Amino acid sequence: MAIYAYLVAGYLILAGSYGIVRSRHLVHAIVCLSVAQAGTYVLLLAVGYQRGGASAPVFGSTTKPNKDVVDPVVQAMTLTDIVVSATVTALLLALAIQINRRHGTVDPDELAALKG
Amino acid sequence: MSRLARLLVFAFGGGVMAVAFVLAVLDLPHFGTHEHLYRDLAVPAAVQHGTANVVSAVNFDQRAVDTFGEESILIASVVGAAALLRPSSEETEQRVPDLGRTLEGTRLIGYVLLPVTLVLGVDLVLHGGTTPGGGFQGGVILATGIHLLYVAGSYPALDRLRPVTMFEIADSVGAAAFAVIGLIGLASTGAFLGDFLPYGDFGQILSTGTVQVLSGVVGVEVVGGMVVLLSSFFEQEITVRAEDS
Repeated sequence: MAIYAYLVAGYLILAGSYGIVRSRHLVHAIVCLSVAQAGTYVLLLAVGYQRGGASAPVFGSTTKPNKDVVDPVVQAMTLTDIVVSATVTALLLALAIQINRRHGTVDPDELAALKG
Repeated sequence: MSRLARLLVFAFGGGVMAVAFVLAVLDLPHFGTHEHLYRDLAVPAAVQHGTANVVSAVNFDQRAVDTFGEESILIASVVGAAALLRPSSEETEQRVPDLGRTLEGTRLIGYVLLPVTLVLGVDLVLHGGTTPGGGFQGGVILATGIHLLYVAGSYPALDRLRPVTMFEIADSVGAAAFAVIGLIGLASTGAFLGDFLPYGDFGQILSTGTVQVLSGVVGVEVVGGMVVLLSSFFEQEITVRAEDS
């Protein structure tokens, strides 16, 4: 099926978002965000894929430069995506620790009640 | 907002997104298509600059300004996490006694893999322009490799062999060096982050112009950032205790 990989990407994004919506724990919500972001990796790599034995966009003495490779631009964007995702996850986890320290809870619903 | 209301809002929004997404991908070029317009431009540009790893060429040459923004995000989040995790006034840092009981097998594998991982990380950083790898990947492997000391030994062992101040300096020096190389490029080629070094022989380690240099400084920054980040989490978890507990 030609659009199967794209559908997997969409499914991951929606599944991650659904997890955030019904989350009862901040760390769970952060992991769900990572799942949603994984959908963007799949989408980017699926866009750059080429059928018929296209190789990785890295050349050397055995693989002479040719244009029969998968798209290097989306691969570079995926790399950017992963790095940003990792740093954002770290920042969010630090925030979760700080919230737990200040409010004594990591349940998003209870945090709303504490706001007043 | 109650949980039910939130689920209903999500059901509506998610449903709309699902339908729109499927309609959108139906119009995309076929999965596995042979037409990649960006690829057809990026590959010759990379080869022309003597860079064998086209992904690195895109990251550190063709879209280097983008990577500059990305590593600014990296350093900003490291600073943010370190600020959030510093011990508050009600907490004190204390030396924990070495409570670690590690299996002999874990310890052995940890100590055997420690040098192997470090060499692999250095290799990935140094060959970022010619073989798969680069500053980001190698930097993460180096930073994780250092923490094998924690897995194999104990936190005090890691603490002794990993001066956090040095890695803090490495983080900022790496980020600053990226900007400085960009400015040198601006002065000599007229474009920020312009490639001002000779391109060298294709596939050799001393090729790729500034790609290899930028990959190296990003590697230094990523090692520094990851170690500072992980050490903040470790300190929060291991050595900081609230005063009343």
